Amino acid sequence: MAFPILSVIIFTPLVAALILLMMPADRKTEIRMTALVSAAFALILSLWVYLSYDQAAAGYQFIEKYAWLPQFGISLHLGVDGISTPLVLLTGVVMFTGVIISWGIDDRPREFFAFLFILASGVFGVFVALDLFMLFFFYEIAVFPMYLLIAIWGWVKTREYAAMKLTLYLFIGSVVALVGALAMYFNSGLGTFDMLMLETANFSAKFQQIWFLPVFMGFAVLGGIFPFHNWSPDGHVAAPTAVSMFHAGVLMKLGAFAALRVGIMLLPLGAIYWQPLILGLAIVNVVYGAFIAMTQTDLKYMIGFSSVSHMGLVMLGFATLTQDGMIGASVQMFSHGAMTALFFAATGMVYDRAHTRQIPELGGMFKALPYVGVTFIIGGLVSMGMPGFSGFVAEFPIFMGVWRVAPWMAILAVISIVITAAYIMLAVRRTFFGEMPKEFEGHIGPISFMDKFALTLLSTLMIGLGMFPAVMVPMVKTGVEHIMEILKVVK
Amino acid sequence: MDFLYSHLLSIILFFPVFAAILILFLPKDEPNLIRWTALISSLVPFVLTLLLWSNFDKTAGAAFQFEESYVWYEAINSNFHIGVDGISLSMVLLTTLLTPLAILASFSITEKVKAYMMLFLFLEMGMLGVFMSMDLLIFFVFWEIGLVPMYFLINQWGSKNRDYASLKFMIYTVGGSLGLLLAIQMLGVLTETYEIAGIMAKWNQLPSDMIVMGLEVGVIKVIAFWAFVVAFAIKVPVWPFHTWLPDAHTEAPTAGSMILAGVLLKLGAYGFIRLVLPLYPGQSEHFAGWLAFLAVMAIVFGAFGAYGQYDFKRLVAYSSVNHMGFVLLGIAAAAKAYGTANAHIAMNGAILQMFNHGLSAAGMFFLVGVIYERTHTRDLRKFGGLFPLVPIYGGILIFTSMASLGLPGLNGFVSEFLVVRGAWGELAGYTAAGMIGLLFTGAYILKGIKNVLHGPMNEEWAHGEHKLTEISTREIVVMVPLMALMLSLGIAPAWLLGVINNAVTALF
Repeated sequence: MAFPILSVIIFTPLVAALILLMMPADRKTEIRMTALVSAAFALILSLWVYLSYDQAAAGYQFIEKYAWLPQFGISLHLGVDGISTPLVLLTGVVMFTGVIISWGIDDRPREFFAFLFILASGVFGVFVALDLFMLFFFYEIAVFPMYLLIAIWGWVKTREYAAMKLTLYLFIGSVVALVGALAMYFNSGLGTFDMLMLETANFSAKFQQIWFLPVFMGFAVLGGIFPFHNWSPDGHVAAPTAVSMFHAGVLMKLGAFAALRVGIMLLPLGAIYWQPLILGLAIVNVVYGAFIAMTQTDLKYMIGFSSVSHMGLVMLGFATLTQDGMIGASVQMFSHGAMTALFFAATGMVYDRAHTRQIPELGGMFKALPYVGVTFIIGGLVSMGMPGFSGFVAEFPIFMGVWRVAPWMAILAVISIVITAAYIMLAVRRTFFGEMPKEFEGHIGPISFMDKFALTLLSTLMIGLGMFPAVMVPMVKTGVEHIMEILKVVK
Repeated sequence: MDFLYSHLLSIILFFPVFAAILILFLPKDEPNLIRWTALISSLVPFVLTLLLWSNFDKTAGAAFQFEESYVWYEAINSNFHIGVDGISLSMVLLTTLLTPLAILASFSITEKVKAYMMLFLFLEMGMLGVFMSMDLLIFFVFWEIGLVPMYFLINQWGSKNRDYASLKFMIYTVGGSLGLLLAIQMLGVLTETYEIAGIMAKWNQLPSDMIVMGLEVGVIKVIAFWAFVVAFAIKVPVWPFHTWLPDAHTEAPTAGSMILAGVLLKLGAYGFIRLVLPLYPGQSEHFAGWLAFLAVMAIVFGAFGAYGQYDFKRLVAYSSVNHMGFVLLGIAAAAKAYGTANAHIAMNGAILQMFNHGLSAAGMFFLVGVIYERTHTRDLRKFGGLFPLVPIYGGILIFTSMASLGLPGLNGFVSEFLVVRGAWGELAGYTAAGMIGLLFTGAYILKGIKNVLHGPMNEEWAHGEHKLTEISTREIVVMVPLMALMLSLGIAPAWLLGVINNAVTALF
């Protein structure tokens, strides 16, 4: 039997979390080293999966299946396709960089890393689960530690509020989706939660139309879809840096990914039926998110709302139900993940030194933190969809997909690009250039080598993907082609 | 050698990036080392361009040469496909010629030299990429990429009002290219390819009463035509989209202005020639009168605008609007008379005018920069009678101004004459109105010269700590190649026109 790489990826962070919890709390250096080594291990494994995924063979690979509750048709069924493989890699990258930039956390690092790893384990689980029950199981595992991470290590001013809001929103969303999943289980008559079997269940059109919306929207809440997006900026702002990175970088993708996997792939007729609504909501996300981001003065809120706008593009791409749109949306998930992780890391570094995130109070940071400045600008260019960076490679096909189904929506959505350019450029200028306020003189220390390493890794990914889309797109395409087949069959 | 010849374009295109990365690893506190590395490495693309020029088959007509094609974005059928014909070759030459001169002109930059030089080299790559692209998506990629370094050059090394000017530049051009972006996406969706040649073939064959996306093809073509026109018109810039330009120019550092006026504005005009006319021949012909109207407005208002300035740099900036108006007039005439001798003459004139304006505008901005560095003012009222103090500078300024004015014997005359000669038969009224603008061109240029060099001497610059120093050897070295080309193109333009003409007669 082949090496069970996917289950090892899922359980590495979980085991690491247990080990961490057993270590004495005052051995902080050892705790950090353990965290770093296990994160590096998970990253290497996810990179291995990414590199050895066979694009020619396509389909689900690295499949593992263990009976779990055979009476109810539940099994630990794991596998990755062209869409989830990049997301597994993304999770590995964000986990690793998150640990690196959290090096300085001094308040109970043991518990912090342990919770972060439980979260990571849940995220890996969702991306590789091929069983609907397991998908929910991991989904809840991913959401729950978020509450503790924000409530304990978050920003003092809003952490209780934000943690509560986030958790309630996400739980309600997932409960709604769970009801839909149970409906599928009972209606299919197959007596299984296995998604590969449910794909062939041939639900009636009526059934799909009724249940698509709860399932899709239930998950899409975590993807930040309008009008259920407003937990997300609050959550971003209150969370400590590494958690924000995780939150915007991979957790929001979890929502979009599950909405795709369960909503669109299992209930394709429902997706076709509700397409106009989803397109409409996504457009609101894209344009409204950009406008709200423009009005923010808190750097983290600005990035939070820009995530709402960018995740709208992901939803938009999915909702086109075209090959271009879906390829773009999948690449956008990766690109946005790396980009927001970088944004939050950079913002965290500025905040740790200046103790404010208010854009008007900042200024002249470039002189003190040139490396942060350069990488923040790179993130900004990705965010603007500047050609040569991953954002363009992702957004362009999304827009092509929109052109195929609703040309006027493409024209509407494109407004967000110029708004994004405006707020990003203004934020860059006001934060990093201009005069540095007197009180910061001499107080802005340099960032560490590890911080630089994390920023470099994320920037390299975005530039590399932007210049050579071939490193990821063909793989994503194999996954999207499978969805296209599903849609073609039902049409 | 075979490798060199078969990859000549990509080497020219990416050598600046390679040099920028090299500069990244140079020590920060050795500005001279950085400057010389940047200068020498920017000469490499120039030398290679000369090699390209000498190996370019000048009798081959419209065919693209030195083509290279690699798969770039397979999922949406976009290839990294580059090549040059006579039109793009002359623009590549202009770019690789002006970049080293601009870098030499920037030796006086003392702040953040490393970042400055790196941005400049990235900018060069962006511009070259636009001229070489044979794939519409790649064209757009390079089109946008050039914005980023230019934004930071203005924003970081500009003068007082740079924040406003750089953001205006950014928003204007990004906003302008939104329509282009949308139209490109639509073309890609309709034709399933991004090869410019492929799009052209399929797109022009669509019957105009066919319904696509809920509209008739004819209507879509008109909308897409204007989307392209607005994007390129902003870049040229054509009246009434020109208002970003005086601000951007005034605030940009000297070398930034040289490249902005010398090459970046040509990107817009190049877009008209390479994309608008071939993709929308019917619409271009139909709207040629409108284009000519905009061109004449640019010529006349540009001249008036320039005449009204007391800021020397703003004056030169408005003169760009005025001169680029002739380029658009030539393009409009060619669109109107597609396939006739008039069209060829006008188009030749327009392209030559692009090259000429690249030389003279770069020269003028540099000369403004020279005097600004010494006096820290650009206010024309504060100069006066400086000729005796700086005779060499004065001579060079007059020479360059005359080239800009279109004095026969210098380059500007040849191209403006060709444009007017070609346009007269097609758009007589507009051309005549444009000639009035030409009168004011003379007026504002003479105003500039008079206020700087002649009249009563402003004693402030004659003695004491503000005593004006003569133009330095380095600065003369920047001007010599420009002046030599202005003169040679004025006397014998055939070497350049021949190459341009081959492509033009085959294309239009």
